[in-house]
Amino acid sequence: MASSGVTLRGTGARSFDPTVPFSIGMALLLAALVLLPLYWLGYTSFTDDARHFTLAHYHRLAVDRSFLEPFWVTLWTSAAVGLLCVAFAAPMAWLVARTDLPGKRLLRMLVLASFATPPFLGAFAWVLLGGPNAGLLNHWYYALLGLKPFEATPLVDIFSAWGIVFVTALYTFPYVFTFVATSLDLIPSELEEASAILGAPAWRTALDITLPLVTPALMAGFLVAFLQSMTLFGPAAILALPASIDTMTTKIWSLFQFPPKLGLAAAASLPLLVITVVLLRVQSAIMGRRGYSVVGGKSTGQRLIRLGPWKVLALAPFAFVIACSVLLPYGVLTWTAFVKNYSAPMAGNFSLDNWRFVFLEFSQTKLALMNTFALGASAATAGTILATTIGYLSLRQLVWGHRSLAFLATAPVAIPGIVLAVGLFLAYTHPPLVLYGTLTIIFLAYLTKEMPVGYQQVASALKSVHPELEDASRIFGATRLRALFDITAPLIRNGVIATWMFIFIGSIRELSATILLFTSRTKTISVTMFDLRESNDWGPIAVLSITMLLITFAMIAAINFFNDRRLA
Amino acid sequence: MEPMRRIMIAAVAAAVAGALPAAAQDKADVAAAEKEGSVAWYTSVDVKVAEAVKEDFHKKYPKIDVEVERSGSERVYQRVNQEHQSGIKHADLVNTSDSTHFIEWKKEGMLAKYVPAGVDKVPAEYRDPEGYYATWRATLCVMGYNTNLVPPDQVPKGYRDLLDPKWKGKLTKAHPSYSGTSLTGTYAVAKLLGWDYFEKLAKQGVQQLQSTTATPKSIASGERAVMVDGNEYNMFIEIDKKSPVKIIYPVEGTPFVSSPVAVFKDAPHPNAARLFADFLFSPKVQQFLVDKGGVRSVVPGVKDPAGRTPLKDIKVIPDDPAGMLPQVEDIKKKYAATFGGGK
Repeated sequence: MASSGVTLRGTGARSFDPTVPFSIGMALLLAALVLLPLYWLGYTSFTDDARHFTLAHYHRLAVDRSFLEPFWVTLWTSAAVGLLCVAFAAPMAWLVARTDLPGKRLLRMLVLASFATPPFLGAFAWVLLGGPNAGLLNHWYYALLGLKPFEATPLVDIFSAWGIVFVTALYTFPYVFTFVATSLDLIPSELEEASAILGAPAWRTALDITLPLVTPALMAGFLVAFLQSMTLFGPAAILALPASIDTMTTKIWSLFQFPPKLGLAAAASLPLLVITVVLLRVQSAIMGRRGYSVVGGKSTGQRLIRLGPWKVLALAPFAFVIACSVLLPYGVLTWTAFVKNYSAPMAGNFSLDNWRFVFLEFSQTKLALMNTFALGASAATAGTILATTIGYLSLRQLVWGHRSLAFLATAPVAIPGIVLAVGLFLAYTHPPLVLYGTLTIIFLAYLTKEMPVGYQQVASALKSVHPELEDASRIFGATRLRALFDITAPLIRNGVIATWMFIFIGSIRELSATILLFTSRTKTISVTMFDLRESNDWGPIAVLSITMLLITFAMIAAINFFNDRRLA
Repeated sequence: MEPMRRIMIAAVAAAVAGALPAAAQDKADVAAAEKEGSVAWYTSVDVKVAEAVKEDFHKKYPKIDVEVERSGSERVYQRVNQEHQSGIKHADLVNTSDSTHFIEWKKEGMLAKYVPAGVDKVPAEYRDPEGYYATWRATLCVMGYNTNLVPPDQVPKGYRDLLDPKWKGKLTKAHPSYSGTSLTGTYAVAKLLGWDYFEKLAKQGVQQLQSTTATPKSIASGERAVMVDGNEYNMFIEIDKKSPVKIIYPVEGTPFVSSPVAVFKDAPHPNAARLFADFLFSPKVQQFLVDKGGVRSVVPGVKDPAGRTPLKDIKVIPDDPAGMLPQVEDIKKKYAATFGGGK
């Protein structure tokens, strides 16, 4: 690090070096990207239509039951999602990290598959599975027990607050699981072995020794799950609205019905922002404190606990979670895509009509696919360039204020998608920059939203490259930028490609922000599916879902391919 | 500016009409429309019906693409107005099932004066006297049930029957903040039975869907047994598909819902828009809409297929856009307070 500073000063100005203006440009761009929507959000929430200061919006939020109730529902469902995730993730991560459970690699992969599934897509699938009367699971349940729909209590009623909790937890679970499993990998097992040697049974060791050690990871996992659940639009809109339940995200969305109530929408967004910021601070305090001195480098030769006859039982929670998050949803979507009526029996039901409709008749498909790809590719490309540059500038400490650059690049983590969309809507619907109705405004949303992911990816790749090669090129007269793009970028090429794909995947599945920013010319696949849902056109939805999943998994396979090459 | 353009159009039309036989003027229109190459149609009609109409048009005029933008009436209204406010000129012509929209748009000066071919023969109550819009299709906002789930002797006869505790958890209804048909129907029922009818209905655990195209699909799949409101035309489509559903025309009366069509003044493809409007009102399309799309047509000469109850045998509650207009916001607000899902 120090040597790079020396060479920077040592090379002197031979010819024009674009590094400085380029860096300043990137930094300003990033600042504008993050700060402008936030400024408008704050400003609008405190002003009335005549642009005078007012507290009326906040007052209404504080006294109107139609806001207080959704707020309460949002809080308790999110807390329930957090608890549910932790309750499942803790034992499952322990089983993977500490026991001789069979098929660990496959299990981890399947958990990742649920991570790759957009939550709104899972919610669609669960309507088909868990609709109280027509849902397939309930059909089977009634048939098995000889019950009749409507008369008996359904096995699952997905149209309920618990329905949102369940579906959101399924697709938030991988975060918590990964947190805890990684944390367990890092904790040496000596303490646990000592406890075992002293004669404690395995369950006692797990509860008394291991559990306290992973508590920070569990708490962090809980917070992440809470935040995810609080800010997701899809599952809430798909599962709660039919039950006449509102959450904050559906409430903010309905404030955009014409004529939009922007002041109120801005005011309703800010609590979500504040909660997120506070909880992320709490999380970093928990994770950063590392009060447990045993958490250090990975120790070698962990002894695995032998499960023996308990193996089957130990596999049960995995089977349950994977069935609910991946196997059943993918199955029901495939079924629905190929039949006329998903709740009718198989005989005479097979049909390719849905595929024909989506790809040959439906006029939205082509436009939506094109928009989705254009947005995904441009957000990924711009995001990768921006993240690489910012990561380089801040990690190599090349410019004054590099710390605030890193902060700005990761700050959008704290901005929920729908809140960001409200901010962007407010910032770019009036002069000087009228972007509403263009793909650009959605592009900006994706770029901002994905910046933290991109930055983290690039930063971890950059940390693995020693600056001496750059220094060599600098000695031969290359500018900073040239060194970055000719030397460093190729060295971290695989990391850069992975970054591109991560942003791409994150963009093509985005719904929470897009739902407020799209217009008829700028629809994406996710919004098109949401439109189809409002008229219960499940067949076409299933076809589009499968298409989206195939694209996502092709991308993930490509990422793995590049990562494997990195090892070779 | 605008008067100038209209005068010019009129002058050109007069010149052409004078110089050539009538068919030629039609052709001239087509040429201009083909040059424009596409037309954006915002509609609330069921997406498959819309795509079928589009296909038909495309077959007749292969050089003109129709872009269908389908959503619920109130959502279409929101998109049109949001785009208009932001200066986005994209919509060419529009169709929603909430006639109050057309009163508003006309008042705002957003509509173009255009009487599509054949509309002059439509009864006066189904078209704007000044020629800004006309009812393209009509439907009834009906009740319905799943025949597998409701035995014949249990079938509810009207809205009041739905308050019986035995229907708890078995009902589905569309949302007036989304669907124009549901808004029209909810207004008519509230006027008839009072708002506390809906407060009682809300206690029945109603599955709250968005679109009146969705509720018939819900009872067809068996997700709910009885539909409080839904499009008659979607019920006909389901019945044609042999889905186990039947229509109920409530004893209290069945709300009639007009769905007008209008061309926008700022349409980026004015010729294609007018050509498409002509096409929408042509006897062939109207007959198709009735046969395959299940709608009611107000264009003279179109026949209902056998097996459908004729309009004259149904106790219909006529729609009343002028009366509904001042109450729209209030209905939506009260409804959201009772059933959720709104502002």
